[in-house]
Amino acid sequence: MSEKVKVTIDGITVEVEPGISILNAARQIGGEVVPPAMCYYSKLEGSGGKCRTCLVKVSKGSEKDPRPMPKLVASCRTGVMDGMEVQNITSPEVIEARKGVVEMLLINHPLDCPICDQAGECHLQDLSYEHGLAKTRYDFERRTFEKIDIGDKIQLHMTRCILCYRCVYVADQITGNRVHGVLGRGDASEISTYIEKAIDNDFSGNVIDVCPVGALTDRTFRFKNRVWFTKPVDAHRDCPTCKGKVTLWYKGEEVLRVTGRKDQFGEVEDFICNTCRFDTKKTSEWVIEGPRNIANTSVISANHYETLRPLPVIQNDPILIEANKVEFERATKI
Amino acid sequence: MESLSNRKKVLEQKPMNFWERLYLPAIFQGMAITFKHMFKKKETIFYPEVEREFSENWRGMHSLKRDEQGRERCTACGLCALSCPAEAITMIAAERQKGEEHLYREEKYAAVYEINMLRCIFCGLCEEACPKEAIYLDGPIVPANYLRKDFIYGKDKLVEDPINIESPVAGN
Repeated sequence: MSEKVKVTIDGITVEVEPGISILNAARQIGGEVVPPAMCYYSKLEGSGGKCRTCLVKVSKGSEKDPRPMPKLVASCRTGVMDGMEVQNITSPEVIEARKGVVEMLLINHPLDCPICDQAGECHLQDLSYEHGLAKTRYDFERRTFEKIDIGDKIQLHMTRCILCYRCVYVADQITGNRVHGVLGRGDASEISTYIEKAIDNDFSGNVIDVCPVGALTDRTFRFKNRVWFTKPVDAHRDCPTCKGKVTLWYKGEEVLRVTGRKDQFGEVEDFICNTCRFDTKKTSEWVIEGPRNIANTSVISANHYETLRPLPVIQNDPILIEANKVEFERATKI
Repeated sequence: MESLSNRKKVLEQKPMNFWERLYLPAIFQGMAITFKHMFKKKETIFYPEVEREFSENWRGMHSLKRDEQGRERCTACGLCALSCPAEAITMIAAERQKGEEHLYREEKYAAVYEINMLRCIFCGLCEEACPKEAIYLDGPIVPANYLRKDFIYGKDKLVEDPINIESPVAGN
């Protein structure tokens, strides 16, 4: 093991392994200095470098060569050097550049958040809320696509896609046989399965979890409910194909959908298999661990309780219930 | 005891004179005031028949709006229910089928939309939260009722009538 290197990000010094990216160094500090990332996914090899939201300013290259880097760099693809000084939120240049990036990402985005099932846990929504403009300067027609069903469980809304390639890496690295990729180039590129072939690999459902926007969504959850009205509960089961550690999203007594457990950077802890995700939606099939911790800045934390079964609003008093019944009959007699 | 503030007024009560003891002038004076009011404009409004004009920022019963082509604007995004401090709004979303494009504006619509008028506090936050300009509190006063269940207003009461019906209704 080589020696650790010192990096200063927004004035906070941290010692990290040599060779890791600035983004990962910032993630070790945590908090506000972490640059946002739309395409980088730590569990997918080769991801990153496409969306440009993680741009940072390197004001001092290293101890040996203290010259600053001439341009803003993508922090997910730039390795750390000893004595490097990085500015993220302290640099107005970075904030300005990020604003431009968000505007570019939103150029072809339909902004149909009221319809989209991803709303509430969408990274693009968070990003544009924090960095974006409230209006668009784009006058031309946005590109639109027909909805494509990838198998009977996954739906692709190409219109919403920001071409982060995360799902392509999932198809490449986790599902083995790749039936899912990017066709075309530049402005014309689009995510597609070749001839809309259904993917039946056990882990194909993970493209839903890695998608930062609502381009790939769960068809079994389509329009069922809004994310923020459902209650996330951690649960696990004995699964022969995956680790079986998931988050169940409850509405009342019903499990509306199953996802992987997402950490603070929106990345799943373990990829889960399709059986866990789509086919086991009964409480009896799971061992409940407890409510999922949701950041209180998230809209999902609205009406979220830290206890698994919050105290009933109406007391389970048999005398009261009987009295209520009598009162109800009297009231409905009129 | 002496007053501390020195502002205490001591009223002196004089004994009433002859005219005052008669009471008749005071009675006639009062009658005259009453008689005068008979020729003044009435302030009372006979409510169910006549309605007082609402102010511009009046918030009354909700209505779910339609767009220029008569399609329902609501897309069941749930932001009104989220913003509602009284938790009066519930809804169930559904997907628009082929051939229903003239009924619903977006590909998702509210199949069931209920507002509990007993819970509602008419704060107008739903109106403010709505991204589709679908809900407005521009209706009249919510009428009284006998049963609690009748205060839960569904889409039959909330959705506004189509503005211009192009083809006349068959029959009567």
